[in-house]
Amino acid sequence: MTDKAPAAPLNAGALPDPMPTRPPRSQWQDVWRQFRSHKGAMAGLALFVFIVLGVAIGPWIWSASPTDIPPVVDMIKNRDMRPIYTLLWDSGAKTSWAHPLGTDNLARDNLARLMFGGRVSIAVGLTAMALSILLGTLIGVMAGYVKKLDGPLMRLTDLFLALPLLPLILVASLMFREALAATFGPEGGVFILVVALIGITSWMQTARIVRGDVLALKEREFILAAQSIGTSPRNLILRHLLPNVVSPIMVSATLGIAIAIITESSLSFLGFGFPPDFPTWGRLLNDSVDRMTLYPERVIWPGMLISLTVLSVNYLGDGLRDALDPRIRGR
Amino acid sequence: MLTFTIRRLTLAVPTLLFISLVIFLLLELAPGDPMAQMPLTIPPEVREQMRVALGLDQPWPVRFWKWCVQFFWIEPQVLIDHIFGTSFSAGDPRVVSWQTRSPVMDTVIQRMPQTLWVVGVAYVVGILIAIPIGIYSAYRQYSIFDQAGTFVTMVGYSVPPFFTGPLVIMIFAVQMGWFPSLYDTTHKVVDWASFKEQLHQMFLPVMVLATQITAQISRFMRAAMLDNLHQDYVRTARAKGLGETMVVMVHVVRNSMIPVVTVIALGVPSIFGGAIITEQVFKVNGIGQLLITAIQANDLPMVQTLTFIFAVLIVLFNLIADVLYGLLDPRIRYD
Amino acid sequence: MTVKSLLLGAAAAVAFAPGAMAERGADGEVKILYWQAPSILNPFLSGGTKDVESASLIVEPLARYNEKGELVPWLVEEIPTVANGGVSEDLTTITWKIMPGLKWSDGTDFTSEDVKFSWEYCTHPEGGCAQSTKFEGVGSVDTPDPLTVVVNFDGPTPFPYGPFVGGESPIIQKAQFADCMGARAPECTDQNFGPIGTGPFVVTEFRPNDVITLVANDYYRDPAKPAFGEVTFKGGGDAAAAGRAVMETGEFDYAWNLQLAPDVISQMEQGGKGVPVVAFGPLLERIHLNHTNPDPALGPDERSVVRPHPFLQEPAVYQAMKMAIDQPLLVEVGYGQAGRVTCNWVPAPDAFNSDSMSCDTQDIAGANKLLDDAGFVDSDGDGVREANGVPMRISFQTSTNAVRQDFQALIKQWWSEIGIDAELRNINASVFFGGDPGSPDTFQKFYADVEMYANTFNGTDPQSYLGNGLCDKAPSPANQWQGENVSRFCMEEYDALHAQLRSTADMAERARIGRELNDMFVMNGGMIPLVQRGRLSARATTLGGVVLNVWDSELWNVADWYRMDE
Repeated sequence: MTDKAPAAPLNAGALPDPMPTRPPRSQWQDVWRQFRSHKGAMAGLALFVFIVLGVAIGPWIWSASPTDIPPVVDMIKNRDMRPIYTLLWDSGAKTSWAHPLGTDNLARDNLARLMFGGRVSIAVGLTAMALSILLGTLIGVMAGYVKKLDGPLMRLTDLFLALPLLPLILVASLMFREALAATFGPEGGVFILVVALIGITSWMQTARIVRGDVLALKEREFILAAQSIGTSPRNLILRHLLPNVVSPIMVSATLGIAIAIITESSLSFLGFGFPPDFPTWGRLLNDSVDRMTLYPERVIWPGMLISLTVLSVNYLGDGLRDALDPRIRGR
Repeated sequence: MLTFTIRRLTLAVPTLLFISLVIFLLLELAPGDPMAQMPLTIPPEVREQMRVALGLDQPWPVRFWKWCVQFFWIEPQVLIDHIFGTSFSAGDPRVVSWQTRSPVMDTVIQRMPQTLWVVGVAYVVGILIAIPIGIYSAYRQYSIFDQAGTFVTMVGYSVPPFFTGPLVIMIFAVQMGWFPSLYDTTHKVVDWASFKEQLHQMFLPVMVLATQITAQISRFMRAAMLDNLHQDYVRTARAKGLGETMVVMVHVVRNSMIPVVTVIALGVPSIFGGAIITEQVFKVNGIGQLLITAIQANDLPMVQTLTFIFAVLIVLFNLIADVLYGLLDPRIRYD
Repeated sequence: MTVKSLLLGAAAAVAFAPGAMAERGADGEVKILYWQAPSILNPFLSGGTKDVESASLIVEPLARYNEKGELVPWLVEEIPTVANGGVSEDLTTITWKIMPGLKWSDGTDFTSEDVKFSWEYCTHPEGGCAQSTKFEGVGSVDTPDPLTVVVNFDGPTPFPYGPFVGGESPIIQKAQFADCMGARAPECTDQNFGPIGTGPFVVTEFRPNDVITLVANDYYRDPAKPAFGEVTFKGGGDAAAAGRAVMETGEFDYAWNLQLAPDVISQMEQGGKGVPVVAFGPLLERIHLNHTNPDPALGPDERSVVRPHPFLQEPAVYQAMKMAIDQPLLVEVGYGQAGRVTCNWVPAPDAFNSDSMSCDTQDIAGANKLLDDAGFVDSDGDGVREANGVPMRISFQTSTNAVRQDFQALIKQWWSEIGIDAELRNINASVFFGGDPGSPDTFQKFYADVEMYANTFNGTDPQSYLGNGLCDKAPSPANQWQGENVSRFCMEEYDALHAQLRSTADMAERARIGRELNDMFVMNGGMIPLVQRGRLSARATTLGGVVLNVWDSELWNVADWYRMDE
């Protein structure tokens, strides 16, 4: 046997371990230990936790309203403020400590809008990504593993790849928006709709990749070995196939967050997303592109936050991949 | 492999018919109206007459049947007539766009060059940059090169083109004045000078698009390489004294290509689909712009035809990807 | 492209005295940019502004409106009136005298048969002509001789300048379109993409939704015009990129309809390569108040059909809502130099612009007092007033568009200050304006309490536009929700006064009735006018002769455009 099955010895149980030298540790402790040793992953985790906490708790601390517009006189006085750091090179800039990142053209506080927008963007990004990875992995594994399902599932994938996204969204919002809004409130309803739509229109690539990998893995000797000792299909998939397709899934997941955040912003822009007075990072970015020479901060901040989130998730994914891979973990 | 290919090709026909029906029903269900872009000064009665003139008063099964006949029976005849100079299709109604009242296929063919020049070149450039980056980043995992590559590609990927497009226009077209901010679709490449002019005008859109493609493919390539680099067969290959180049470039790369091939093959139809936002920002006016304007104008025959051609390409390239799996990994068997 | 613009710059530097007796085609190429791309060059088959305006380079009407909204003869010798005998005393016929010697761009003679054919083409029942309202009431068109056209109306028509007037109603060539009548109209791709016209330019290539290339018409009636030998008419993209290409990079000479925020425009202007041009027509951004009950609990045949609205018809309510809005601020935030404060539904032409109301100051305190005095108070302390036992929570819908969303946010804020809570919704424009009876989100269905959009009318006579306030024009399931009275406004006095307008011929009297109708509609809570929106386009600093016209095609005088020194 040239290709040693990574998890088979744990599972086989045929040869009992003679004498444990250390107290037994669970698999997850091992994973965590490996994860901690990955510097990039820890940095990614720290950054990600920081961003999530910032947008989740931030609005409690920074109490400026992201949506309210002050009365007329104040509005004219306070609109189009520059961030406080502009003073470093332009002492005449219109700034105020009350608005450290400045205000927009309707005198709404940029910092508050960024924090509020981040809540939505991160929630949408994570949930939609999770949904699409779940669907993609499920369908990919089923298609790759169960021969009978391969044809139908792959044709289904073709169908979804071919569907034009915009009309699909129009139909879905026509049919489900009122019902969802009635059950979950207008914003909750839109959230579910947006997440579901991004999720069900972005799983196809993951499914194809996972299926391709599973097709190749299925022919490997360790699977044959596992089958020959009577491993149930369920265990075979969960313990032998899945850990080996984790890395393309992680890459899809990372890219998926970016896609979800950007798709959400395009949806909002096209009028299918959240209500107009509901900021998200993508929307803030989109709304400010026309003014990027006048107020560069309005595109830089949301753009940077999207990038940082994606980047941190990417490193997190890298670390997770290494930690979940038994061959690397052993080293 | 041949029987597999033939079987898949025959299976593709009912699949595609079904897909065309689903697309048709989806477009049918979607709210919207071809008259929506008309000024409000046109009264409802006139709008109704215009709808009737477009054939919208007929029930949907009739319209679907008409589209099928036009697309699968008359359009191929038009193509044959065009090639051989025959006249099978004379007088038959072709698939006609509601916006332009002209045959959809003519417009599609008119748009192909722009899209192939810009999106196609960007795709090839993107892949050519991405694969070496992916290989090297994985081979020297966590080196400076890998870290920098990861950082740049992820930033490139996570910033949407509706931002990068205007940004590069602002820098390179407005401030520096190096490149035109708009793409001239009437430009014809006839000699070396006009070819250089063509490269000049497509530089910015290709740059924006290639960034996205590079980011995506290099991530997948790196991940696949990392998976394979630690496999036992690599150790075996090294142990038996194969050169490092041979080990990495032949054994590891070949095995790592499976997920990457999927990604690349799945991306090819999207070349045809065009790049909606980038085409719009630089006014490339290719297939992507055609599709988005058709969707906005509710030009159903145009949207239906474009998405169907897109579906055909997807089915075709998925088949190609499956065949390539078999070639890259002889252990994969389909029968 | 750079080489070309350099050459053009050099050509301009050689200097022709602007407006002097130039030679046809001497000024080289002019590049026009429309961010909405034209899809067809036959204005009868498409009502889209982009298509009508691009076609106006090629095909022309008998008479046009100039930039002041006055009729000017175009292919005829003079404007027929009752005074000069061109319009019959009983207002049933109008006689046009075609300019002698006029030729089509293929060299054939332009005759009255072509004019008659244009009417037949557009009124063919199977043609689906987008401009058929222009020919409403036309009984027949006679051609007593090749240079005379007599239009006979079915009844007295006080305003007989509908047919063959303005960019929407041009003359097409009979010889070219004779085989394209009715159901065959869509088959004539070559004709629709390259009509033969009398205008200053002739199509050489038309790429639908992309670019049109044109050259000067050899048979154009003025031998010295057009000054430009070629036109490149590019379409597509967005308004910001179009503005940039004219005002910042100078790649194009003219950009159409730049709907951009005022600070963005002024920043682009600093590029120095171009300047914005503005003109005002009757285009009005407004809020319609629903006069029916849009409660979702009502059935499909009752929702937005049964009257009245729970509280929006209370004079105190709609007046307070109006007083709470700061119109000058809306203009400043949304439109800048391309917007004006107006209190009227018909803000232009001047004769119809009523001056009986004023609306340039916000009065939150006054609005609150008005509501308090009327007894609409916040009785349960949740910050929202109650009227007739119903809390004043309203839904406020509009189409998706950055400026409209800013307006929504501002207005929501102001209304919250007077105890009215608005829930905002924006709907994709193609759905909102789509008119699909199956969709709940169209502006006609008005499943909301208030909605905001812009509307206007063609030409200078608002009679049919003011008809949008008539009781029987209200959309309802009975007429498949097709009807222009979106507010569902209904007043007997209004209907009677409009009937009087329809039978009045004297222009001054028509204007007086028009103003009265306008006041009646606005003061009785039909709508809240917000901003009179102008048309803002940009021209290169080197492009001369541009006269922005909102009453007709923006390219109406393209024959007079020329290249000038910087």
